[in-house]
Amino acid sequence: MLADGHAVSCLDEDADSHARLELGLDSSWEDEGGQFTVGTGLEIDALLTAGIETADVFVASTDGDNTNIVIAQIAQRRFRVETVITRILDPYRAEWYEQRGLHTICPTRIAIGQLETELRAVASGTAGPEGSHGSD
Amino acid sequence: MEATDDRGREYMLVVGAGKVGWNLTRELIEKGNEVTLIESDRERYLTVEQELEHRVLYGDASELWVLERAGIQRAGMVIAVTGDDEDNLLICQVAKDKYNVERVIARVNNPRNRQHFELLGVKPYVSATDLILRLIEREVPRYGLVHLLDLADAKIEIIDLLIGEGAPVIGRRVDELDMPKGSLLISVLREGTGFVPTAETVLEAGDEVLAVLDPRVEEELTVYLGLRSDVSADDAPGLRD
Repeated sequence: MLADGHAVSCLDEDADSHARLELGLDSSWEDEGGQFTVGTGLEIDALLTAGIETADVFVASTDGDNTNIVIAQIAQRRFRVETVITRILDPYRAEWYEQRGLHTICPTRIAIGQLETELRAVASGTAGPEGSHGSD
Repeated sequence: MEATDDRGREYMLVVGAGKVGWNLTRELIEKGNEVTLIESDRERYLTVEQELEHRVLYGDASELWVLERAGIQRAGMVIAVTGDDEDNLLICQVAKDKYNVERVIARVNNPRNRQHFELLGVKPYVSATDLILRLIEREVPRYGLVHLLDLADAKIEIIDLLIGEGAPVIGRRVDELDMPKGSLLISVLREGTGFVPTAETVLEAGDEVLAVLDPRVEEELTVYLGLRSDVSADDAPGLRD
């Protein structure tokens, strides 16, 4: 998103994650215009430092569904961020929160969809190398 | 949705079989309620299952199908007491908003997260830290003021105040007091005995008084009754509804 010219602020509880942001960059994350704050999404101070009050879009993509759902709703209801996107692994809950106005990305649903596509293609013999099915 | 059976007993779900959840479930069962306890840690589940048998269910209650298998559709109350605030918050939110469970109670582990429970409308919530803090304040009157009851929506509260040495109201009769509008003295605790004051009651140093008031005049009242205005017990709501 930074490369597209947007202002991006990243909040992570692990200070070491900063290094990951710089992989493949020619200069530092900050020199490229990024912002980085150490903290968790449940800490209001951390969200404020990260600039949530001026954000147009908020993305909750920690590795925990429950954390994502809570902080996404904080962004949505308390800070009135216009667009809130949440990663939810559990398809059933993703569907319910989607009905409640959260944009959800459900990696499980996406993976299942892709697997189905692959399997159908293999089954109909239109894709996949010869004899690959069932080999591992 | 049937929340009670024909004998008026309620079906309850308790989430989290830690010390709080396990003991709470046991008490609720002894009181004649039908209860299912949900625990997501396999080992803990097996331990608790030896006592509670079919009344404990293994699974992660933040997943909807686990709640449904536990029979949330017919539950009248859901009590989430895991050690994780996000879990407790979302389990109660889902119970209330998706399954129309009439009553939910959530445990708050970190008092800083209270604001998130308020934001998502999950009430009442219980914070052990706050309850203990309130007991300390009750036992150690150096804080001077204790909130006994807060009905935030009704804009009314009851506080317990210690009349300290040198307070200007000492030696004055109740009918001579100039209490702020919207506040009323309802009780005096003196030497271990409580009584309802009359117009003739004279306030003494060391008296503890109970007052019912509009929270907006709390500051005015505490200053008037001679409490130092630099201390406050605003941050100790405990169980709030």
